Amino acid sequence: MTLFDFIQRLLGRQKPSGTMAKERLQLVLAHDRSDLNPELLEQMRREILEVVQRYVEIDIEEGDVSLETEDRVTALVANLPIKRARPLPALVAAAAAVGMAQAPDPEAPQELAVPLAGEPTEDPSPTAADPD
Amino acid sequence: MDAVTSAPARIILICSGKGGVGKTTLTANLGIALARLGERTVVLDADFGLRNLDLLLGLENRIVYTAQEVLAETCRLEQALVKHKQEPNLALLPAGNPRMLEWLTPEDMQRIVAMVAERADYVLIDCPAGIEDGFKNAAAAAREAIVITTPEVSAVRDADRVIGLLNTRGVAPVQLVLNRVRPRMMASQEMLGVDDVTDILALPLVGLVVEDEQVIVSTNRGEPLTLNGNGSPAAKAYQNIARRLRGEDIPLEDPSKARKGLRARLMNKIRKTTGLF
Ligand SMILES: Nc1ncnc2c1ncn2[C@@H]1O[C@H](COP(=O)(O)OP(=O)(O)OP(=O)(O)O)[C@@H](O)[C@H]1O
Ligand SMILES: [Mg+2]
Repeated sequence: MTLFDFIQRLLGRQKPSGTMAKERLQLVLAHDRSDLNPELLEQMRREILEVVQRYVEIDIEEGDVSLETEDRVTALVANLPIKRARPLPALVAAAAAVGMAQAPDPEAPQELAVPLAGEPTEDPSPTAADPD
Repeated sequence: MDAVTSAPARIILICSGKGGVGKTTLTANLGIALARLGERTVVLDADFGLRNLDLLLGLENRIVYTAQEVLAETCRLEQALVKHKQEPNLALLPAGNPRMLEWLTPEDMQRIVAMVAERADYVLIDCPAGIEDGFKNAAAAAREAIVITTPEVSAVRDADRVIGLLNTRGVAPVQLVLNRVRPRMMASQEMLGVDDVTDILALPLVGLVVEDEQVIVSTNRGEPLTLNGNGSPAAKAYQNIARRLRGEDIPLEDPSKARKGLRARLMNKIRKTTGLF
């Protein structure tokens, strides 16, 4: 560690490089493990928001869909503050659009944590999002 | 042929993903250490492209036949196994010609490892770097694995990849060795800590090996550190890994935290022997 680094750390301007290494690894491994690159993740995020918005009005600015990983299990975590539910006719229409028999409970859970398949397989998943 | 084995052999893959992190050094030292504990041990060089295990064990001039001739049935397994002079419980099955890579299949590896396992308590497979065919062949024959990594981002990331592949293949248990640890850098948080790496990879730690110049000296000589039992820190670490593998409960000490204790102990010793302070 150089004197400059030391002073920067004392002033709280710079994290020790070991801590940075850990943070960077956690991020990159969440993507490696799910076999999703940032671009695909962004596309999935947009599509998820689109679906959720059919049912409830959400605060897109505050919304967050991200990958988190702990104990080798990667989870897709969506944290979407709901402003209000859509009126019932809109809900029925939305449900019909996705082919469901009845409208879902308007008091939908606000946080969805969907564990992804634990380990990357050798072959790319056949269910990967179609770019079209 | 040796006496019939009672328990089935432990077949352990030593792998890392990233190259040059210490697989072959671990295989050689662990092989000797297990043999010294009375285990009949065979180390198998599965790095057919860039074989080195013979060199680290100092056996490079005694190779007559290799895994290649055994598979082709032009020699018996006993003829290909190179027994270590000072440690007769240890034998090396050398890698054949690099061209073996062109035809070797996972079934070939399974066949040869099964033959070796009949006459051993431990079979250690020195895996090539990467996650391609060489790795897949070697992994096909293994029951359990030791993943070795250094506390650096690229090595940890590659280790994670390998752990994922081992899990999907049902290789278990998978344990971790953290190599080339620099206690001072860890203590000042300028290196990933022991807990950081075990948290990220979520594997049980079976050994910690510090950065140790004696490793290089021993490679120069072709005499693994565990052979002469000199008190170097890495030698001790490799011996402890062997004992933990056999089920002994030897606590792991985080070297970045143990440093203070060491200095305090040293001061105590000086105090006692000199009668000063
Ligand atoms: N604990 C250590 N302290 C100092 N040097 C070490 C340590 N462990 C390994 N090395 C050195 O690192 C280098 C690579 O080691 P080794 O050949 O065992 O790695 P490897 O993973 O088998 O490499 P490859 O992927 O090429 O097969 C060697 O020069 C070795 O001496
Ligand atoms: Mg090697």
